Order: sequence, then C-alpha cells, then structure tokens
Amino acid sequence: MTPIALGLANVFGVLVIVLAVAALLIWVERRLLGLWQDRYGPNRVGPFGLLQVVADMIKIFMKEDWVPPFADKAVLVLAPQIIAIVTLVAFAVVPIAPGIGVVNLNIGLLFFLAMSSLGVYSLALGGWASNSKYSLLGGFRAAAQLLSYEVFMGLSLMGVVMLAGTFDLRAIVEAQRHLWFIVPQFVGFVVFTIAGIAEMRRLPFDLPEADAELVAGFHTEYSGFKFGLFFVGEYIGLVLICAMIVTLFLGGWLGPWLPPVVWFVVKTAVLIAFFILLRAALPRPRYDQLMAYGWKVMLPLALVNLAVTGAIVVARAPAH
Amino acid sequence: MWSSIRTAWTIFLHMFRRRVTIQYPEEKPYIPPRWRGRIILSRDPDGGERCVACYLCAVACPVDCISLQATEDEHGRRYPEFFRINFSRCIFCGYCEEACPTYAIQLTNDFEMGEYDRQNLVYEKEDLLIDGPGKYPEYNFYRVAGLAIGGKDKGEAENEAPPVDLKRLLP
Repeated sequence: MTPIALGLANVFGVLVIVLAVAALLIWVERRLLGLWQDRYGPNRVGPFGLLQVVADMIKIFMKEDWVPPFADKAVLVLAPQIIAIVTLVAFAVVPIAPGIGVVNLNIGLLFFLAMSSLGVYSLALGGWASNSKYSLLGGFRAAAQLLSYEVFMGLSLMGVVMLAGTFDLRAIVEAQRHLWFIVPQFVGFVVFTIAGIAEMRRLPFDLPEADAELVAGFHTEYSGFKFGLFFVGEYIGLVLICAMIVTLFLGGWLGPWLPPVVWFVVKTAVLIAFFILLRAALPRPRYDQLMAYGWKVMLPLALVNLAVTGAIVVARAPAH
Repeated sequence: MWSSIRTAWTIFLHMFRRRVTIQYPEEKPYIPPRWRGRIILSRDPDGGERCVACYLCAVACPVDCISLQATEDEHGRRYPEFFRINFSRCIFCGYCEEACPTYAIQLTNDFEMGEYDRQNLVYEKEDLLIDGPGKYPEYNFYRVAGLAIGGKDKGEAENEAPPVDLKRLLP
C-alpha cells in the first residue's frame, strides 16, 4: 500500500470506528447503568437490545429539525457542529497503536488541549443562541465550568510532559515502557481524570445540563439531528478523554502478550466503564461546590504536583 | 472524596445483585386478588343478571364512564337495556363496585386491555357480562330481598318470615 492509501485508510478507519463506538456507547451506557442499578436497561430490540442504537438513530433522524422562532438561527445551527467536529479533530492525535492513528504531531498534547478548549464555544453559543432562560443558564455554567477546569487540566499534564520531555503523544507512550506514568504522576492522574469528567460534562459534573434544575441546560431548545450532534460530541468526548488518560498515564498501547491495539482498546474500555460507574454512583454537586472544588482543591493540587515533579526532574537531571 | 470512592465501590458491587425487573410479557407479575382491573357484570347463581339498573354505579363514577338505561321485564324485574363502560375514561377507582347494592358490577384482576383503536375500549353489556357470580358465589339478590318478583312472592325469600296477615285477629 502506498503511504497515501495507508493514510486514508487510517483517517477513515479511525473516523468510522470512533463514530460507531460513540453510537454503541449509548447502548453500553444504558446497559451498564441498568446493571449497576439492579435492572436491565434496553434488552428488547435485537440480541441483548443491541439494535436499540439503530432504533434510536432512526428516531432521532426522523424527528423534525426544529428551530425555535425566537432563536438566533445561524448560531443555533452552528453550535452543535462545533462540538462534534472539535472532538473528532482532537481524536486525530490519539496514538492508538504503532502505525495506527491519524496524525503524528510533535505537539499532539497541546493540540488536544486546544481542541478540547474550543468545545466550550459550542455550549456557550448553543445556550446563547437558543434565547431561552434554561439554555442561557446552562451556557453560562458550561462556559464557567469548562474554563475553570481547563486550567488545571492542562497543568496536571505538565508533570507527564516533564517526565517524558516531549509533547509528542507517541513519545510519551514510549517513555512509559518501564513504568506507567500513573505511578510517579498519581496526583496528576487523579486531577486529570476529574478535570476530564468535568470537561466532557459527564455526571457528576453535568452542571451545564443538570436535568433536575435546568430542564436540559444548553440543549433545551435542540431536537432531532442537532441534538444528536451534541450527543455524539459528548460520547466522542468520553472516548477521547479515556483514550487520553490511557495514553498519558496508563501506558497507551504498551502491554505484554496481546497486540498493541487490543491493549489500547481494553484499557480504554475499562476506563469508559469506570466513568459510567461514576455516573451511576455519584450525585451532582452544587454549582458553588463545583467551583470551590476546582479552584481551591484541584488547582493547588495540580500546582504542587507540578512543582514537586519539576524539582525532582531537575534534581535527577545529570549536571552539565 | 473517600465517600465518593466508597459509593462507587458499593454501586459496583450491585453488579452481582439480582435484578428487580420483571420481564413483563414473558414473565407475569403477581397480581393481588383484590386488584382493581377490568370491570365485569356478574350473574347470580341461577344465571340471571344481577344488575338491577339502579344507576348507583353511574352516579358514583367520578369520571362518568358508565352509562346505562333501565328497563323491566314482564315480571317487573329491572335490568339494564344497555350497559356501556368507556374504559378509555375509566380510572379503575372501584367506586362503582362499592356503590353496587347487588354485587353485580365487580372489578377483576385483568389489566391487559390494550387496543389500537380507541373506540374498541367502549365495552357494551355483552362484553361486560360474565357467566358466573364473580367474587360472591352464593349471593342471589332476589332470593334475599323482600321484593315480590315473578316466581317469588312476599315472605318466600331466604330468612324471611311470612308477611303479617293484617286481617287476622290473632297476633
């Protein structure tokens, strides 16, 4: 195969697989939530309810693509596209296995952080353009939450960057050949996981949606395909954040006996299941608690981790 | 933080619990005998209709879903000419059963009455009438009531003394 064909195969393979996994996650999440809440979840359509995904898709595509008359139409249509595109683009830098992955940027980590920061536009604009009070509140919350948690999300990764000495995700994975970064960077791992949940607006940090208080937050006025895009964006975001944790802290594709792709997929799947478990288990904090938690606990923790890691790296560096 | 982790662990252990869901169409749930479900009209042990068309059920019905028309046969025995229950309105409160003086109208423990056409939920008398006496197998209204009716005169009912002869002098 020529390099171009190989590249195209990678691009479309990753695209198709990521979208398929995102769709499948709807079913996986509902079944797992059911399992942990002593019930079944969707088990009627097809084997184990697997065709529920298809049924949901048909339903969401058949729905009227409605734009509220009071909304800002252009922005309303644009907002869900941003989140879907941005998370998909961010997936491009994820190193799935040697030779598998869309691009190999030497600033891959920064690219990921930049793209996940852009996601906030989607929520804020969607909330603003909907021109309804719930959407607006959800949009505000999304903006504040995502900006706050982004700060130490980036900071918590700097320890990894220092240890690996590079922003290149493939080099970071290779640097974990002897010891996964979860051991020396455990604090960074915890902080990044929590920030990742908040960044992808997963429960328990789904304040921007907060069904109990804000109806559905920023996507209250969305329906049909546009709502579907928000959903796809959210699930790709979940896969993305799990893939990033695996890459940065759990040794990526590294592992004995099994082929690298299998290791990557297994690790990511376990993390996704863990995130769903958190959704099943934890209640949503109050908004001020969320903010206080971020700024007063997580940020100092990330900074201390950064300073200690830096000091150790400098102390152990050969003098020259 | 610690409590969150412990919560997550507890929920994780729920993976090994039995699921509480009853897989309904295949697996039927237990329905208590006093369940208030589909309404029926019962017959007395002799096979006659119990309903005497007194309208009390229609009056008691909070959603006005019962409609009937009283009429009499040649013996002066009252019965409903038609008896109609609109089950798309019925809330299965059981007030009609409580109001019924003859145990004619009864609620059963059948609840599977789904229909695709709303009109099919309007049950006529022939849909409502069952062949048996329902929850009260021994009860026969006309055999315990003091009313004189075709084939049964005053004083012939169960536990009823013959009527006092007003024209006799003896006590």
